[in-house]
Amino acid sequence: MASGDPTNLAERYAALEHAVPTATPIRGPEIGMVMLRGRAGGGGAPFNLGEATVTRATVKLATGEVGHAIVLGRHLQKATIVAHLDALSQLPDWVQVIETDFVTPALAEQDAARIRQAEETEATRVDFFAMVRGED
Amino acid sequence: MYVAVKGGETAISNAHRLMANRRRGDRNVPALSVEQIVNQLSLGVDRVMAEGSLYDPELAAMAVRQARGDLIEAIFLLRAYRTTLPRFSNARPIDTNRMRIERRVSATFKDIPGGQLLGPTFDYTHRLIDPSMAGDEAVAHPVKRERPTDESCPRVTDLLDSQGLIEADVPSNDEPGDLTREAIAYPVGREIRLQALTRGDEGFLLALGYSTQRGYGRTHPFVGEIRIGMVDVEVEVPEVGFAVCIGAIRVTECQMVSQFKGSGDSPPRFTRGYGLIFGQSERKAMAMSLVDRAMRADEFNEQRLAPAQDEEFVLEHCDNVQATGFVEHLKLPHYVDFQAELDLLRTLRREAAMASADTPMSEAAE
Repeated sequence: MASGDPTNLAERYAALEHAVPTATPIRGPEIGMVMLRGRAGGGGAPFNLGEATVTRATVKLATGEVGHAIVLGRHLQKATIVAHLDALSQLPDWVQVIETDFVTPALAEQDAARIRQAEETEATRVDFFAMVRGED
Repeated sequence: MYVAVKGGETAISNAHRLMANRRRGDRNVPALSVEQIVNQLSLGVDRVMAEGSLYDPELAAMAVRQARGDLIEAIFLLRAYRTTLPRFSNARPIDTNRMRIERRVSATFKDIPGGQLLGPTFDYTHRLIDPSMAGDEAVAHPVKRERPTDESCPRVTDLLDSQGLIEADVPSNDEPGDLTREAIAYPVGREIRLQALTRGDEGFLLALGYSTQRGYGRTHPFVGEIRIGMVDVEVEVPEVGFAVCIGAIRVTECQMVSQFKGSGDSPPRFTRGYGLIFGQSERKAMAMSLVDRAMRADEFNEQRLAPAQDEEFVLEHCDNVQATGFVEHLKLPHYVDFQAELDLLRTLRREAAMASADTPMSEAAE
């Protein structure tokens, strides 16, 4: 859900029935950064690559379940929604709803985008062939 | 006595208003949107993120727009913005082996597992200005081809490493130094050099990389592999006790294979330079890998003679925000400094004039 499109997530969230247990904010949503890292040579010692903006949020349900979220980018609403869904997913009544209504469609969208990108790249693969020299 | 002089408030305010007007330009032309910049000037946005050292395409696009396309000014804006944000944590090192590849080429082997994938490249274009760029002609959708399922795309350097022909990565989980948090004391570790290079100025690193090819710290390089694509960012969330994927970023990686070295203990092997850059930027990734290799001179008992091998020279001058700050401050008022220089010059000239006036008289006295 953290990697998914914020607009689609917000639409699905808005489409939830009204009987959603409400959450109160514990922390955030707040914008900050994480330091991203690479490894020398790809697999060696870590080095600091540069930061990325992130948004994090923590919420709590009236029944005590606490939900956390951290997402790449500056998306206050998205982080709050993901934190709320994280809290809800700790309720037995909600696990399946979150899975069916949020996780599954988000994964499907992600898969579709990845397949499209991979197929576009695949069309640019170089197919080498040997030239027959016409000397003989 | 020092007298502070104030003035220019109105001139400054009117100058900024004039600049905003020039930035907007002809009001009959539609204004640029951030989405247009992110989508259609994406390589400029990538450069601003890489050298601004902050991954956020929308912010970088806003900076490009605000800077009227002056990328170093935009980089400055992004650097200034990042100083206002708290750093929550450090992400796990990204795994470029699991990159979702958009482009991948090797200049060392033709037939590599995973193949040569050209992706969206300027290579093999004729570099002629396309008349259609003057208008808004419809653009064809890309061709698609089914991807072989689960084809692996190992790093070319790993293929050479499996035969012991190249220096291997030395895996570690040492906490890397951070030049944005600690003062630099030379000599520095390779991790600090890599951090400085990845946020360094593309033009400066390109020129230095080029200088190594021309003989100033020659390393005889080959592009083992360049790959561009998306990698997941994973962050440990202490509250839940495990790492979660928080999204993906685009990076460019270059593995430069350089001249072999051996020692009494080990047979000769190829050496390596490494480049890793935010966004799609293979020119800079290649330049970074050349300069990284050149700065490893001590590891291979090479004499440090060329500028690209001098880590202090490279690290102290590769940051374009530092460089532009010091060069551009020269245009700010230096009235008092200059007055002192002028006084000194007049004194010297007066003394010189008096000395030459004295000379003939002393000669005459003899």
